[in-house]
Amino acid sequence: MNNTLWKDAFDRLISNKLSLFSSIYLLFIIILALITPFIAPYDYAYQDLNLGPSAPSALHWFGTDTLGRDLLTRMMYGSRVSLMVGFLATIVALTIGVIWGTVAGFAGGKVDTIMMRIVDVLYGIPFIIFVILLMVIFGRNLILLFMAIGAVEWLTMARIVRSQVMSLSKQEFILAAEAMGVSRTGIIYKHLIPNTIGPVIVYATLTVPQIMLLEAFLSFLGLGVQAPLSSWGLLIRDGAASMEEYWWLLIFPSLAFSLTLFSLNFIGDGLRDALDPRTSGS
Amino acid sequence: MFNLILRRIGIAIPVLLTVITLTFLMVHSAPGGPFDEEKAVSAEVLAKLNEQYNLDQPLYVQYFDYISGVLVGDFGPSFRFPTRSVTELISIGLPVTFELALYSILFALCVGVLAGVLGALRPNTALDYIPMSTAMIGICIPSIILGPILILVFGIWLEWVPVRGWGYMPGDKILPTLTLGTAYAAYCARLTRGGMLEVLNQDFIRTARAKGLSETRVVVVHALRGGLTPVIAFLGPAMAGLLAGSFVVETIFGIPGLGRFYVEAAFNRDYTMILGSSIFFSILIVSFNLISDLVAAALNPKLRD
Repeated sequence: MNNTLWKDAFDRLISNKLSLFSSIYLLFIIILALITPFIAPYDYAYQDLNLGPSAPSALHWFGTDTLGRDLLTRMMYGSRVSLMVGFLATIVALTIGVIWGTVAGFAGGKVDTIMMRIVDVLYGIPFIIFVILLMVIFGRNLILLFMAIGAVEWLTMARIVRSQVMSLSKQEFILAAEAMGVSRTGIIYKHLIPNTIGPVIVYATLTVPQIMLLEAFLSFLGLGVQAPLSSWGLLIRDGAASMEEYWWLLIFPSLAFSLTLFSLNFIGDGLRDALDPRTSGS
Repeated sequence: MFNLILRRIGIAIPVLLTVITLTFLMVHSAPGGPFDEEKAVSAEVLAKLNEQYNLDQPLYVQYFDYISGVLVGDFGPSFRFPTRSVTELISIGLPVTFELALYSILFALCVGVLAGVLGALRPNTALDYIPMSTAMIGICIPSIILGPILILVFGIWLEWVPVRGWGYMPGDKILPTLTLGTAYAAYCARLTRGGMLEVLNQDFIRTARAKGLSETRVVVVHALRGGLTPVIAFLGPAMAGLLAGSFVVETIFGIPGLGRFYVEAAFNRDYTMILGSSIFFSILIVSFNLISDLVAAALNPKLRD
Protein backbone atom coordinates (compact mmCIF):
# COMPACT_ATOMS: atom_id res chain seq x y z
CA MET A 1 0.00 0.00 0.00
CA ASN A 2 1.03 3.58 -0.57
CA ASN A 3 2.75 4.71 2.60
CA THR A 4 2.76 8.41 1.87
CA LEU A 5 -1.02 8.34 1.43
CA TRP A 6 -1.44 6.99 4.96
CA LYS A 7 1.16 9.31 6.39
CA ASP A 8 -0.52 12.28 4.71
CA ALA A 9 -3.87 11.18 6.03
CA PHE A 10 -2.44 10.75 9.52
CA ASP A 11 -0.85 14.20 9.42
CA ARG A 12 -4.12 15.75 8.32
CA LEU A 13 -6.00 13.93 11.08
CA ILE A 14 -3.55 15.14 13.72
CA SER A 15 -3.58 18.72 12.43
CA ASN A 16 -7.32 18.86 13.12
CA LYS A 17 -7.41 19.80 16.81
CA LEU A 18 -10.85 18.34 17.48
CA SER A 19 -10.02 14.94 16.09
CA LEU A 20 -6.63 15.02 17.82
CA PHE A 21 -8.23 15.60 21.23
CA SER A 22 -10.94 13.07 20.41
CA SER A 23 -8.32 10.46 19.55
CA ILE A 24 -6.45 11.10 22.79
CA TYR A 25 -9.65 10.86 24.85
CA LEU A 26 -10.75 7.69 23.11
CA LEU A 27 -7.35 6.09 23.53
CA PHE A 28 -7.45 6.97 27.23
CA ILE A 29 -10.93 5.40 27.63
CA ILE A 30 -9.92 2.27 25.73
CA ILE A 31 -6.73 1.75 27.75
CA LEU A 32 -8.67 2.36 30.96
CA ALA A 33 -11.25 -0.21 29.90
CA LEU A 34 -8.54 -2.75 29.08
CA ILE A 35 -6.74 -2.46 32.42
CA THR A 36 -9.88 -2.02 34.55
CA PRO A 37 -9.67 -5.47 36.22
CA PHE A 38 -6.18 -4.57 37.54
CA ILE A 39 -6.77 -1.00 38.68
CA ALA A 40 -10.45 -0.80 39.61
CA PRO A 41 -10.66 0.55 43.17
CA TYR A 42 -13.53 -1.79 44.20
CA ASP A 43 -15.44 -4.85 43.00
CA TYR A 44 -18.20 -3.89 40.55
CA ALA A 45 -20.83 -5.91 42.42
CA TYR A 46 -19.64 -5.08 45.96
CA GLN A 47 -22.44 -3.42 47.92
CA ASP A 48 -21.82 -1.30 50.97
CA LEU A 49 -25.37 -1.11 52.25
CA ASN A 50 -24.32 0.71 55.44
CA LEU A 51 -22.90 3.49 53.32
CA GLY A 52 -25.71 3.65 50.76
CA PRO A 53 -25.69 6.52 48.30
CA SER A 54 -22.87 8.96 49.05
CA ALA A 55 -21.70 12.06 47.22
CA PRO A 56 -18.27 12.14 45.54
CA SER A 57 -15.50 11.94 48.14
CA ALA A 58 -11.82 11.04 48.46
CA LEU A 59 -12.72 7.38 49.00
CA HIS A 60 -15.29 7.23 46.18
CA TRP A 61 -14.26 9.78 43.54
CA PHE A 62 -17.60 9.66 41.71
CA GLY A 63 -19.69 8.75 44.77
CA THR A 64 -21.67 5.57 45.37
CA ASP A 65 -25.06 4.41 44.11
CA THR A 66 -28.18 3.57 46.12
CA LEU A 67 -26.75 0.16 47.02
CA GLY A 68 -23.42 1.63 48.09
CA ARG A 69 -21.55 0.43 45.01
CA ASP A 70 -18.62 2.57 43.86
CA LEU A 71 -19.73 4.53 40.78
CA LEU A 72 -16.25 4.96 39.30
CA THR A 73 -15.72 1.20 39.39
CA ARG A 74 -19.07 0.55 37.81
CA MET A 75 -18.37 3.12 35.09
CA MET A 76 -15.03 1.51 34.34
CA TYR A 77 -16.58 -1.94 34.06
CA GLY A 78 -19.50 -0.43 32.13
CA SER A 79 -17.10 1.06 29.59
CA ARG A 80 -15.79 -2.44 28.91
CA VAL A 81 -19.26 -3.69 28.03
CA SER A 82 -20.22 -0.62 25.99
CA LEU A 83 -16.97 -0.52 24.04
CA MET A 84 -16.90 -4.28 23.51
CA VAL A 85 -20.43 -4.30 22.11
CA GLY A 86 -19.60 -1.30 19.90
CA PHE A 87 -16.38 -2.67 18.47
CA LEU A 88 -17.33 -6.33 18.14
CA ALA A 89 -20.65 -5.57 16.46
CA THR A 90 -18.84 -3.21 14.09
CA ILE A 91 -16.40 -5.97 13.19
CA VAL A 92 -19.30 -8.32 12.45
CA ALA A 93 -21.00 -5.65 10.33
CA LEU A 94 -17.72 -4.83 8.61
CA THR A 95 -17.00 -8.42 7.66
CA ILE A 96 -20.44 -9.17 6.25
CA GLY A 97 -20.75 -5.78 4.53
CA VAL A 98 -17.34 -5.81 2.87
CA ILE A 99 -17.69 -9.35 1.56
CA TRP A 100 -21.26 -8.82 0.36
CA GLY A 101 -20.48 -5.50 -1.33
CA THR A 102 -17.29 -6.74 -2.96
CA VAL A 103 -18.91 -9.86 -4.37
CA ALA A 104 -21.94 -7.92 -5.66
CA GLY A 105 -19.87 -5.14 -7.18
CA PHE A 106 -17.36 -7.47 -8.75
CA ALA A 107 -19.82 -10.06 -10.05
CA GLY A 108 -22.18 -7.48 -11.55
CA GLY A 109 -25.14 -8.48 -13.71
CA LYS A 110 -27.87 -10.70 -12.28
CA VAL A 111 -25.93 -11.66 -9.13
CA ASP A 112 -25.45 -7.98 -8.32
CA THR A 113 -29.11 -7.16 -8.96
CA ILE A 114 -30.32 -9.97 -6.70
CA MET A 115 -27.82 -9.23 -3.93
CA MET A 116 -28.58 -5.52 -3.88
CA ARG A 117 -32.32 -6.15 -4.06
CA ILE A 118 -31.94 -8.24 -0.91
CA VAL A 119 -30.13 -5.29 0.71
CA ASP A 120 -32.94 -2.95 -0.41
CA VAL A 121 -35.56 -5.18 1.19
CA LEU A 122 -33.59 -5.61 4.42
CA TYR A 123 -33.00 -1.86 4.48
CA GLY A 124 -36.72 -1.23 4.75
CA ILE A 125 -37.06 -3.37 7.86
CA PRO A 126 -37.13 -1.45 11.14
CA PHE A 127 -34.32 -3.28 12.89
CA ILE A 128 -34.66 -1.74 16.31
CA ILE A 129 -37.82 -3.80 16.57
CA PHE A 130 -36.01 -6.97 15.59
CA VAL A 131 -33.24 -6.38 18.06
CA ILE A 132 -35.82 -5.86 20.83
CA LEU A 133 -37.63 -9.00 19.70
CA LEU A 134 -34.40 -11.00 19.78
CA MET A 135 -33.66 -9.78 23.29
CA VAL A 136 -37.15 -10.70 24.47
CA ILE A 137 -37.20 -14.14 22.92
CA PHE A 138 -33.66 -15.38 23.44
CA GLY A 139 -32.92 -13.70 26.74
CA ARG A 140 -30.51 -10.90 27.50
CA ASN A 141 -27.37 -12.54 26.21
CA LEU A 142 -24.53 -10.10 25.53
CA ILE A 143 -22.89 -12.18 22.81
CA LEU A 144 -26.21 -12.53 21.04
CA LEU A 145 -26.84 -8.82 21.49
CA PHE A 146 -23.83 -7.68 19.55
CA MET A 147 -24.07 -10.47 16.99
CA ALA A 148 -27.65 -9.38 16.32
CA ILE A 149 -26.74 -5.71 16.12
CA GLY A 150 -23.76 -6.44 13.88
CA ALA A 151 -25.86 -8.63 11.64
CA VAL A 152 -28.26 -5.76 10.99
CA GLU A 153 -25.76 -2.92 10.61
CA TRP A 154 -23.88 -4.22 7.55
CA LEU A 155 -26.27 -2.92 4.89
CA THR A 156 -24.87 0.58 4.41
CA MET A 157 -21.38 -0.89 4.46
CA ALA A 158 -22.33 -3.29 1.65
CA ARG A 159 -23.68 -0.38 -0.44
CA ILE A 160 -20.58 1.76 0.07
CA VAL A 161 -18.22 -1.09 -0.77
CA ARG A 162 -20.20 -2.11 -3.84
CA SER A 163 -20.20 1.34 -5.42
CA GLN A 164 -16.53 1.70 -4.60
CA VAL A 165 -15.73 -1.68 -6.18
CA MET A 166 -17.80 -0.94 -9.26
CA SER A 167 -15.94 2.26 -10.01
CA LEU A 168 -12.61 0.61 -9.25
CA SER A 169 -13.19 -2.49 -11.34
CA LYS A 170 -13.52 -0.37 -14.47
CA GLN A 171 -10.03 1.01 -13.97
CA GLU A 172 -7.04 -0.10 -15.95
CA PHE A 173 -4.95 -1.69 -13.22
CA ILE A 174 -7.72 -4.23 -12.58
CA LEU A 175 -7.87 -4.95 -16.30
CA ALA A 176 -4.11 -5.36 -16.30
CA ALA A 177 -4.30 -7.77 -13.38
CA GLU A 178 -6.96 -9.75 -15.19
CA ALA A 179 -4.88 -9.82 -18.37
CA MET A 180 -1.93 -11.12 -16.36
CA GLY A 181 -4.04 -14.05 -15.24
CA VAL A 182 -4.67 -13.11 -11.59
CA SER A 183 -7.62 -15.13 -10.31
CA ARG A 184 -10.90 -13.45 -9.32
CA THR A 185 -10.31 -14.18 -5.65
CA GLY A 186 -6.80 -12.80 -6.05
CA ILE A 187 -8.10 -9.58 -7.59
CA ILE A 188 -10.70 -9.18 -4.84
CA TYR A 189 -8.21 -9.70 -2.00
CA LYS A 190 -5.13 -8.06 -3.50
CA HIS A 191 -6.63 -5.11 -5.35
CA LEU A 192 -10.26 -4.36 -4.59
CA ILE A 193 -10.44 -4.69 -0.81
CA PRO A 194 -7.25 -2.69 -0.07
CA ASN A 195 -8.48 0.12 -2.32
CA THR A 196 -11.89 0.36 -0.71
CA ILE A 197 -10.45 0.51 2.78
CA GLY A 198 -10.60 4.33 3.18
CA PRO A 199 -14.37 4.83 3.06
CA VAL A 200 -14.81 1.59 5.00
CA ILE A 201 -12.68 2.84 7.88
CA VAL A 202 -14.60 6.11 7.95
CA TYR A 203 -17.95 4.39 8.00
CA ALA A 204 -16.80 1.85 10.58
CA THR A 205 -15.69 4.68 12.89
CA LEU A 206 -19.14 6.20 12.61
CA THR A 207 -20.83 2.81 13.13
CA VAL A 208 -19.21 2.21 16.53
CA PRO A 209 -21.05 5.12 18.25
CA GLN A 210 -24.32 4.12 16.60
CA ILE A 211 -24.05 0.62 18.01
CA MET A 212 -22.99 1.83 21.44
CA LEU A 213 -26.06 4.05 21.36
CA LEU A 214 -28.28 1.12 20.47
CA GLU A 215 -26.87 -0.90 23.35
CA ALA A 216 -27.42 2.04 25.72
CA PHE A 217 -30.95 2.39 24.41
CA LEU A 218 -31.75 -1.25 25.10
CA SER A 219 -30.11 -1.24 28.53
CA PHE A 220 -31.94 1.97 29.38
CA LEU A 221 -35.24 0.31 28.57
CA GLY A 222 -34.26 -2.64 30.77
CA LEU A 223 -33.92 -4.93 27.76
CA GLY A 224 -30.13 -5.05 27.54
CA VAL A 225 -27.38 -5.58 30.09
CA GLN A 226 -28.67 -6.66 33.52
CA ALA A 227 -27.34 -5.80 37.00
CA PRO A 228 -25.01 -6.61 38.74
CA LEU A 229 -23.14 -6.29 35.43
CA SER A 230 -22.96 -2.72 34.27
CA SER A 231 -22.91 -0.74 31.05
CA TRP A 232 -23.16 2.98 30.45
CA GLY A 233 -26.76 2.65 29.34
CA LEU A 234 -27.66 0.77 32.51
CA LEU A 235 -25.85 3.32 34.72
CA ILE A 236 -27.71 6.17 33.02
CA ARG A 237 -30.97 4.30 33.63
CA ASP A 238 -30.13 3.88 37.33
CA GLY A 239 -28.96 7.48 37.51
CA ALA A 240 -32.15 8.80 35.94
CA ALA A 241 -34.19 6.82 38.46
CA SER A 242 -32.58 8.50 41.44
CA MET A 243 -31.39 11.84 40.02
CA GLU A 244 -33.69 13.89 42.23
CA GLU A 245 -31.60 13.24 45.33
CA TYR A 246 -28.34 11.93 43.86
CA TRP A 247 -27.51 13.94 40.74
CA TRP A 248 -23.99 12.51 40.43
CA LEU A 249 -25.38 9.09 39.54
CA LEU A 250 -26.79 10.60 36.34
CA ILE A 251 -24.17 13.23 35.52
CA PHE A 252 -20.94 11.18 35.57
CA PRO A 253 -22.05 8.24 33.39
CA SER A 254 -23.81 10.66 31.02
CA LEU A 255 -20.65 12.74 30.66
CA ALA A 256 -18.44 9.74 30.00
CA PHE A 257 -20.86 8.34 27.44
CA SER A 258 -21.52 11.62 25.59
CA LEU A 259 -17.82 12.44 25.41
CA THR A 260 -17.12 9.02 23.92
CA LEU A 261 -19.88 9.45 21.34
CA PHE A 262 -18.53 12.91 20.55
CA SER A 263 -14.98 11.77 20.07
CA LEU A 264 -15.97 8.83 17.86
CA ASN A 265 -18.04 11.13 15.65
CA PHE A 266 -15.29 13.74 15.46
CA ILE A 267 -12.68 11.10 14.64
CA GLY A 268 -14.99 9.77 11.91
CA ASP A 269 -15.44 13.24 10.44
CA GLY A 270 -11.72 13.93 10.75
CA LEU A 271 -10.84 10.66 9.06
CA ARG A 272 -13.22 11.41 6.21
CA ASP A 273 -11.53 14.75 5.62
CA ALA A 274 -8.10 13.20 6.02
CA LEU A 275 -8.66 10.27 3.67
CA ASP A 276 -10.61 12.18 1.05
CA PRO A 277 -9.55 15.83 0.91
CA ARG A 278 -12.16 16.49 -1.78
CA THR A 279 -15.07 16.31 0.67
CA SER A 280 -13.48 18.37 3.40
CA GLY A 281 -15.33 21.39 4.61
CA SER A 282 -18.75 19.91 3.98
CA MET B 1 -43.02 9.03 -11.97
CA PHE B 2 -45.49 6.17 -12.37
CA ASN B 3 -42.61 3.72 -12.85
CA LEU B 4 -40.97 5.04 -9.72
CA ILE B 5 -44.13 4.53 -7.68
CA LEU B 6 -44.44 0.98 -8.98
CA ARG B 7 -40.81 0.23 -8.23
CA ARG B 8 -41.02 1.59 -4.68
CA ILE B 9 -44.17 -0.39 -3.97
CA GLY B 10 -42.41 -3.39 -5.51
CA ILE B 11 -39.84 -3.08 -2.73
CA ALA B 12 -42.27 -2.22 0.04
CA ILE B 13 -44.38 -5.37 -0.35
CA PRO B 14 -41.53 -7.90 0.03
CA VAL B 15 -40.25 -5.80 2.96
CA LEU B 16 -43.58 -6.12 4.76
CA LEU B 17 -43.92 -9.82 3.99
CA THR B 18 -40.39 -10.45 5.27
CA VAL B 19 -41.15 -8.50 8.43
CA ILE B 20 -44.42 -10.31 9.12
CA THR B 21 -42.95 -13.75 8.43
CA LEU B 22 -39.77 -13.18 10.42
CA THR B 23 -41.62 -11.69 13.37
CA PHE B 24 -44.18 -14.47 13.33
CA LEU B 25 -41.55 -17.22 13.19
CA MET B 26 -39.42 -15.57 15.86
CA VAL B 27 -42.29 -15.18 18.28
CA HIS B 28 -43.43 -18.75 17.65
CA SER B 29 -39.93 -20.15 18.10
CA ALA B 30 -39.69 -18.52 21.51
CA PRO B 31 -38.64 -21.11 24.08
CA GLY B 32 -41.71 -22.25 26.02
CA GLY B 33 -45.31 -21.38 25.31
CA PRO B 34 -46.89 -18.15 26.44
CA PHE B 35 -48.75 -19.98 29.24
CA ASP B 36 -45.67 -21.62 30.74
CA GLU B 37 -45.51 -19.38 33.76
CA GLU B 38 -49.02 -20.10 35.00
CA LYS B 39 -48.05 -23.48 36.44
CA ALA B 40 -51.34 -24.33 38.10
CA VAL B 41 -53.18 -24.63 34.79
CA SER B 42 -54.63 -28.11 34.21
CA ALA B 43 -54.24 -29.94 30.92
CA GLU B 44 -57.89 -29.32 30.12
CA VAL B 45 -57.68 -25.58 30.68
CA LEU B 46 -54.45 -25.44 28.72
CA ALA B 47 -56.15 -27.15 25.78
CA LYS B 48 -59.01 -24.65 26.01
CA LEU B 49 -56.57 -21.72 26.08
CA ASN B 50 -54.61 -23.16 23.17
CA GLU B 51 -57.84 -23.53 21.26
CA GLN B 52 -58.94 -20.01 22.09
CA TYR B 53 -55.67 -18.57 20.84
CA ASN B 54 -55.56 -20.96 17.86
CA LEU B 55 -52.35 -22.59 19.11
CA ASP B 56 -53.64 -26.14 18.44
CA GLN B 57 -53.52 -25.57 14.69
CA PRO B 58 -50.43 -26.36 12.60
CA LEU B 59 -48.06 -23.41 12.27
CA TYR B 60 -48.82 -22.63 8.63
CA VAL B 61 -52.56 -22.47 9.36
CA GLN B 62 -51.88 -20.03 12.21
CA TYR B 63 -49.64 -18.03 9.89
CA PHE B 64 -52.24 -17.63 7.17
CA ASP B 65 -54.95 -16.96 9.75
CA TYR B 66 -52.78 -14.24 11.21
CA ILE B 67 -51.98 -12.64 7.85
CA SER B 68 -55.62 -12.55 6.85
CA GLY B 69 -56.36 -10.96 10.23
CA VAL B 70 -53.68 -8.29 9.71
CA LEU B 71 -55.10 -7.48 6.29
CA VAL B 72 -58.39 -6.44 7.90
CA GLY B 73 -56.67 -4.65 10.79
CA ASP B 74 -56.99 -7.42 13.41
CA PHE B 75 -53.65 -7.94 15.15
CA GLY B 76 -54.90 -10.59 17.58
CA PRO B 77 -55.60 -10.61 21.33
CA SER B 78 -53.16 -9.69 24.07
CA PHE B 79 -51.93 -12.68 26.06
CA ARG B 80 -51.45 -10.73 29.27
CA PHE B 81 -54.73 -8.87 29.24
CA PRO B 82 -57.22 -11.31 27.71
CA THR B 83 -59.95 -8.72 27.66
CA ARG B 84 -57.91 -6.36 25.52
CA SER B 85 -56.85 -6.78 21.93
CA VAL B 86 -53.71 -5.49 20.25
CA THR B 87 -55.83 -3.40 17.92
CA GLU B 88 -57.48 -1.74 20.93
CA LEU B 89 -54.13 -0.90 22.52
CA ILE B 90 -52.94 0.50 19.20
CA SER B 91 -56.01 2.70 18.91
CA ILE B 92 -55.38 4.07 22.42
CA GLY B 93 -51.63 4.53 22.02
CA LEU B 94 -51.29 5.61 18.42
CA PRO B 95 -52.90 9.09 18.67
CA VAL B 96 -50.64 9.95 21.62
CA THR B 97 -47.46 8.72 19.92
CA PHE B 98 -48.48 10.38 16.69
CA GLU B 99 -49.03 13.72 18.42
CA LEU B 100 -45.63 13.46 20.11
CA ALA B 101 -43.92 12.58 16.82
CA LEU B 102 -45.72 15.39 15.01
CA TYR B 103 -44.70 18.07 17.55
CA SER B 104 -41.15 16.78 17.53
CA ILE B 105 -40.84 16.81 13.76
CA LEU B 106 -42.43 20.29 13.56
CA PHE B 107 -39.96 21.53 16.17
CA ALA B 108 -37.12 19.86 14.26
CA LEU B 109 -38.18 21.39 10.94
CA CYS B 110 -38.69 24.92 12.27
CA VAL B 111 -35.43 25.11 14.18
CA GLY B 112 -33.40 22.95 11.80
CA VAL B 113 -34.38 24.59 8.52
CA LEU B 114 -33.94 28.08 9.94
CA ALA B 115 -30.48 27.28 11.31
CA GLY B 116 -29.49 25.49 8.11
CA VAL B 117 -30.57 28.34 5.83
CA LEU B 118 -28.78 30.92 7.98
CA GLY B 119 -25.64 28.79 7.92
CA ALA B 120 -25.79 28.36 4.15
CA LEU B 121 -26.35 32.07 3.52
CA ARG B 122 -23.34 33.09 5.63
CA PRO B 123 -21.03 30.08 5.34
CA ASN B 124 -17.93 29.99 7.56
CA THR B 125 -19.02 32.86 9.79
CA ALA B 126 -20.18 32.80 13.40
CA LEU B 127 -23.76 32.54 12.11
CA ASP B 128 -22.71 29.27 10.49
CA TYR B 129 -20.32 27.85 13.07
CA ILE B 130 -22.37 28.37 16.21
CA PRO B 131 -25.59 26.65 15.03
CA MET B 132 -23.62 23.89 13.31
CA SER B 133 -21.51 23.05 16.35
CA THR B 134 -24.66 23.14 18.48
CA ALA B 135 -26.16 20.74 15.95
CA MET B 136 -23.23 18.38 16.39
CA ILE B 137 -23.85 18.40 20.14
CA GLY B 138 -27.55 17.80 19.54
CA ILE B 139 -26.77 14.76 17.39
CA CYS B 140 -24.30 13.31 19.86
CA ILE B 141 -26.37 13.63 23.03
CA PRO B 142 -28.82 10.71 22.98
CA SER B 143 -32.38 11.02 24.26
CA ILE B 144 -31.61 8.73 27.21
CA ILE B 145 -29.28 11.47 28.48
CA LEU B 146 -31.08 14.56 27.20
CA GLY B 147 -34.44 13.53 28.70
CA PRO B 148 -33.29 12.98 32.29
CA ILE B 149 -31.08 16.09 32.20
CA LEU B 150 -33.93 18.28 30.91
CA ILE B 151 -36.12 16.88 33.69
CA LEU B 152 -33.42 17.52 36.28
CA VAL B 153 -32.75 21.11 35.19
CA PHE B 154 -36.15 22.45 34.09
CA GLY B 155 -38.45 20.17 36.03
CA ILE B 156 -36.76 19.59 39.37
CA TRP B 157 -34.26 22.40 39.92
CA LEU B 158 -36.05 25.29 38.19
CA GLU B 159 -39.58 23.84 38.52
CA TRP B 160 -40.69 25.51 35.27
CA VAL B 161 -42.50 22.58 33.71
CA PRO B 162 -44.12 19.31 34.84
CA VAL B 163 -41.91 16.26 34.42
CA ARG B 164 -44.43 13.50 33.79
CA GLY B 165 -47.53 12.82 31.74
CA TRP B 166 -49.03 13.98 28.49
CA GLY B 167 -51.88 16.48 28.50
CA TYR B 168 -52.51 16.19 32.25
CA MET B 169 -51.06 19.58 33.13
CA PRO B 170 -50.30 22.64 31.00
CA GLY B 171 -46.76 22.53 29.65
CA ASP B 172 -46.16 18.83 30.18
CA LYS B 173 -45.77 18.31 26.43
CA ILE B 174 -42.76 20.62 26.17
CA LEU B 175 -39.98 18.44 27.57
CA PRO B 176 -40.94 15.25 25.68
CA THR B 177 -41.09 17.21 22.43
CA LEU B 178 -37.68 18.77 23.05
CA THR B 179 -36.16 15.43 24.07
CA LEU B 180 -37.40 13.65 20.97
CA GLY B 181 -37.01 16.54 18.53
CA THR B 182 -33.56 17.93 19.30
CA ALA B 183 -31.50 15.32 17.45
CA TYR B 184 -33.74 15.66 14.40
CA ALA B 185 -33.52 19.44 14.50
CA ALA B 186 -29.76 18.99 14.39
CA TYR B 187 -29.91 16.59 11.43
CA CYS B 188 -32.33 18.92 9.62
CA ALA B 189 -29.94 21.84 10.16
CA ARG B 190 -27.01 19.93 8.67
CA LEU B 191 -29.04 18.59 5.74
CA THR B 192 -30.58 21.98 4.98
CA ARG B 193 -27.21 23.68 5.10
CA GLY B 194 -25.70 21.11 2.73
CA GLY B 195 -28.64 21.19 0.33
CA MET B 196 -28.86 24.97 0.29
CA LEU B 197 -25.14 25.44 -0.27
CA GLU B 198 -25.35 23.21 -3.31
CA VAL B 199 -28.41 24.95 -4.75
CA LEU B 200 -27.21 28.49 -4.03
CA ASN B 201 -24.19 27.93 -6.29
CA GLN B 202 -26.28 27.01 -9.29
CA ASP B 203 -26.92 29.08 -12.38
CA PHE B 204 -30.65 29.55 -11.93
CA ILE B 205 -30.05 31.23 -8.59
CA ARG B 206 -27.59 33.62 -10.22
CA THR B 207 -30.20 34.28 -12.89
CA ALA B 208 -32.82 34.99 -10.26
CA ARG B 209 -30.47 37.40 -8.51
CA ALA B 210 -29.52 39.01 -11.81
CA LYS B 211 -33.20 39.60 -12.52
CA GLY B 212 -33.14 41.74 -9.40
CA LEU B 213 -35.36 39.58 -7.22
CA SER B 214 -35.16 40.30 -3.54
CA GLU B 215 -32.89 38.03 -1.49
CA THR B 216 -35.88 36.73 0.47
CA ARG B 217 -37.65 35.74 -2.72
CA VAL B 218 -34.55 34.07 -4.13
CA VAL B 219 -34.07 32.04 -0.97
CA VAL B 220 -37.66 31.21 -0.10
CA VAL B 221 -39.14 30.67 -3.55
CA HIS B 222 -36.23 29.44 -5.65
CA ALA B 223 -33.55 27.92 -3.46
CA LEU B 224 -35.60 26.26 -0.72
CA ARG B 225 -37.43 23.97 -3.12
CA GLY B 226 -34.26 22.25 -4.21
CA GLY B 227 -32.35 22.82 -1.01
CA LEU B 228 -34.93 21.04 1.10
CA THR B 229 -34.92 17.80 -0.92
CA PRO B 230 -32.42 16.09 1.40
CA VAL B 231 -34.55 17.09 4.39
CA ILE B 232 -37.69 15.65 2.82
CA ALA B 233 -35.94 12.44 1.86
CA PHE B 234 -34.75 12.27 5.47
CA LEU B 235 -38.27 12.60 6.92
CA GLY B 236 -39.16 8.97 6.17
CA PRO B 237 -36.18 7.43 7.98
CA ALA B 238 -36.65 10.12 10.65
CA MET B 239 -40.14 8.82 11.27
CA ALA B 240 -38.67 5.37 11.91
CA GLY B 241 -36.21 6.93 14.32
CA LEU B 242 -38.95 8.95 16.00
CA LEU B 243 -41.01 5.83 16.65
CA ALA B 244 -37.99 4.04 18.09
CA GLY B 245 -37.23 7.19 20.09
CA SER B 246 -40.77 7.17 21.42
CA PHE B 247 -39.90 3.94 23.27
CA VAL B 248 -37.42 5.88 25.37
CA VAL B 249 -39.21 9.22 25.63
CA GLU B 250 -42.56 7.69 26.55
CA THR B 251 -40.85 5.53 29.17
CA ILE B 252 -38.98 8.49 30.66
CA PHE B 253 -41.99 10.79 30.82
CA GLY B 254 -44.65 8.19 31.57
CA ILE B 255 -46.61 8.93 28.39
CA PRO B 256 -49.35 6.38 27.61
CA GLY B 257 -48.38 5.89 23.96
CA LEU B 258 -47.59 3.03 21.64
CA GLY B 259 -43.88 3.09 22.44
CA ARG B 260 -44.47 2.52 26.13
CA PHE B 261 -47.00 -0.23 25.47
CA TYR B 262 -44.40 -1.89 23.27
CA VAL B 263 -41.67 -1.74 25.88
CA GLU B 264 -44.11 -2.99 28.54
CA ALA B 265 -45.14 -5.85 26.28
CA ALA B 266 -41.48 -6.71 25.73
CA PHE B 267 -40.95 -6.62 29.48
CA ASN B 268 -44.00 -8.80 30.24
CA ARG B 269 -43.23 -11.16 27.36
CA ASP B 270 -46.70 -10.50 26.01
CA TYR B 271 -45.96 -12.35 22.78
CA THR B 272 -49.05 -11.49 20.76
CA MET B 273 -48.81 -7.84 21.76
CA ILE B 274 -45.17 -7.80 20.62
CA LEU B 275 -46.03 -9.59 17.40
CA GLY B 276 -48.93 -7.27 16.63
CA SER B 277 -47.22 -4.01 17.46
CA SER B 278 -43.96 -5.00 15.73
CA ILE B 279 -45.88 -5.61 12.54
CA PHE B 280 -47.89 -2.45 13.00
CA PHE B 281 -44.74 -0.37 13.58
CA SER B 282 -43.14 -1.90 10.50
CA ILE B 283 -46.13 -1.06 8.33
CA LEU B 284 -46.03 2.53 9.60
CA ILE B 285 -42.32 2.91 8.98
CA VAL B 286 -42.38 1.33 5.53
CA SER B 287 -45.29 3.56 4.53
CA PHE B 288 -43.54 6.70 5.73
CA ASN B 289 -40.40 5.76 3.83
CA LEU B 290 -42.49 5.23 0.72
CA ILE B 291 -44.27 8.56 1.07
CA SER B 292 -41.12 10.57 1.73
CA ASP B 293 -39.38 8.94 -1.26
CA LEU B 294 -42.28 9.85 -3.51
CA VAL B 295 -42.54 13.43 -2.23
CA ALA B 296 -38.79 13.91 -2.68
CA ALA B 297 -39.10 12.63 -6.25
CA ALA B 298 -42.06 14.89 -6.95
CA LEU B 299 -40.05 17.92 -5.79
CA ASN B 300 -36.82 17.03 -7.53
CA PRO B 301 -37.08 15.79 -11.13
CA LYS B 302 -33.48 14.55 -10.99
CA LEU B 303 -34.50 11.73 -8.64
CA ARG B 304 -37.01 10.38 -11.15
CA ASP B 305 -34.58 8.32 -13.17
